[in-house]
Amino acid sequence: MAHPVISTTAPAVKTKLSLDEVTMVFRSDGNSVEVLDRISLEVREGEFVCVLGPSGCGKSTLLNIVAGFIPPTSGAVWIEGEQVGFIPPTSGAVWIEGEQVRGPDPRRIFVFQERGVFPWLTVEGNIGFGLYRLSRQEKAQRIAHYVKLVGLEGFERAYPQELSGGMKQRLEVARALAVNPDMLFLDEPFGALDSITRLGMRTELLRIWELERKTIIFVTHDIEEAVQLSDRVVVLSARPARIRRIVEIDIPHPRDISDPRYLELRDGIFEEIGLAHKI
Amino acid sequence: MTSNAVIRRWEPYFWPLFAMAVFLGVWHAGVKWSGTRVFPSPLDVERGFAELLRKGLLWRYIGDSLLRVGAGYALAITCGIPLGLLLGWYPAAAALVNPVIQMLRPISPLAWIPLAIVWFGTGDLSAIFLIFLASFFPVVVSTMNGVRDVPAMFRQAGQNFGLSTAALLRRVVFPAALPQVLVGLRIALGVAWLVLVAAEMIAVTSGLGYLIIDSRNAGQRYDLVIAGMLIIGLIGLGLDIGVRRLEMWKSVRWGFRHEA
Repeated sequence: MAHPVISTTAPAVKTKLSLDEVTMVFRSDGNSVEVLDRISLEVREGEFVCVLGPSGCGKSTLLNIVAGFIPPTSGAVWIEGEQVGFIPPTSGAVWIEGEQVRGPDPRRIFVFQERGVFPWLTVEGNIGFGLYRLSRQEKAQRIAHYVKLVGLEGFERAYPQELSGGMKQRLEVARALAVNPDMLFLDEPFGALDSITRLGMRTELLRIWELERKTIIFVTHDIEEAVQLSDRVVVLSARPARIRRIVEIDIPHPRDISDPRYLELRDGIFEEIGLAHKI
Repeated sequence: MTSNAVIRRWEPYFWPLFAMAVFLGVWHAGVKWSGTRVFPSPLDVERGFAELLRKGLLWRYIGDSLLRVGAGYALAITCGIPLGLLLGWYPAAAALVNPVIQMLRPISPLAWIPLAIVWFGTGDLSAIFLIFLASFFPVVVSTMNGVRDVPAMFRQAGQNFGLSTAALLRRVVFPAALPQVLVGLRIALGVAWLVLVAAEMIAVTSGLGYLIIDSRNAGQRYDLVIAGMLIIGLIGLGLDIGVRRLEMWKSVRWGFRHEA
């Protein structure tokens, strides 16, 4: 399959990840369910992208494919930044700037809901989980740094069952950040939290994102959440998921959620999904 | 008593002792009133204990029995946990081996006694072999099921951090399955202790099982028979309490629902 984006002129912002006609069909017992229908998308380096869609539309499947946990039925996911191959110049193609995603990789960490933390390890143990290549001293420093970053000081020796839902979620984000990945994939990370904690976690995530500038793909079914957090919202249709629209959220952080522009963008998405915004 | 009644501080100690006293009282009265010549009273048993202590047999027999259980049980753990991990991790291996395990499992370890004697003669090895058999299957089966029940999320997280299969098994799958493994270890120890008595009655000339059978054969010493039974019960209880304490260990506690 041809590589999707090959440009001879360097773009202002580098493309970090691109999806090339990613299609997923689940087959079992002679039935086949089409979940994703030719999803093509480019994510820029350092960008915060929300993938928004109704429950069960396949957005989690999409994220699992992007993370390399499951291979797509057809299409491919490419990671930019490393020159790993060359396409023979049959169609005037040039250097491939990229590598294909073929499996999970510590440079791209998937963050589950807060149940993804390891309950048999302490806070320190969880944050240090992926740091097995570092020396003891470096590891301790890294752990201390991320304990502080996510505000878990004083809980270093605590086990996850002693923490609240929000703390567990912050712990999982810290565990992911500690290995210094290029990208984070968050799969409805705040879905299991109560609404007040969820608001706090959004602020927290934005603060961390502004400090670390990772490229983030964030899957959610919460329209407000998507508009509050991201640079762009990718709106998916119901199954089989197609990209309905990509909405650029051109409001600087911190965002005022009573700002007319915010409301305009939010309501535009409400309409796109076919929801009235009156209750 | 309603379930939310306040428990006073002395109660957890008082009631078990009270029940024990009633039990001993009924036992004593029963022996006296029936005028039996065979069944010993609690006092006879107490004198039997003293005799065993005086002869130095009690500690030696307890030591021998614990050693045999320890050896058989340790062997079962060393073989059973790795095998269980393997079978849980590779479904194909489980499909191959599981039918054999499921067929051997319901056979009472006691049914193996004739074979044990043919293979290992009468002696410690036979007893250890029987205890190994008894505890091996619960360990394998609980480890295998524990591994199968590990949430996919934990496996994926482990893979995401770049772990090799060996590291994944050691650092994610095993600790995630450990609570269930511990349940298997507890069952296995209970069964091992049950089988010990039978094994010692047949295969060896020391230990608590031997004490019981020998006391009956050599002079109908039912006071010593009952003394042996009580010791077996007490040690079994102690072992169970010991294994249960492992469940309170912080790295596995998440897997158990402890009442208050």
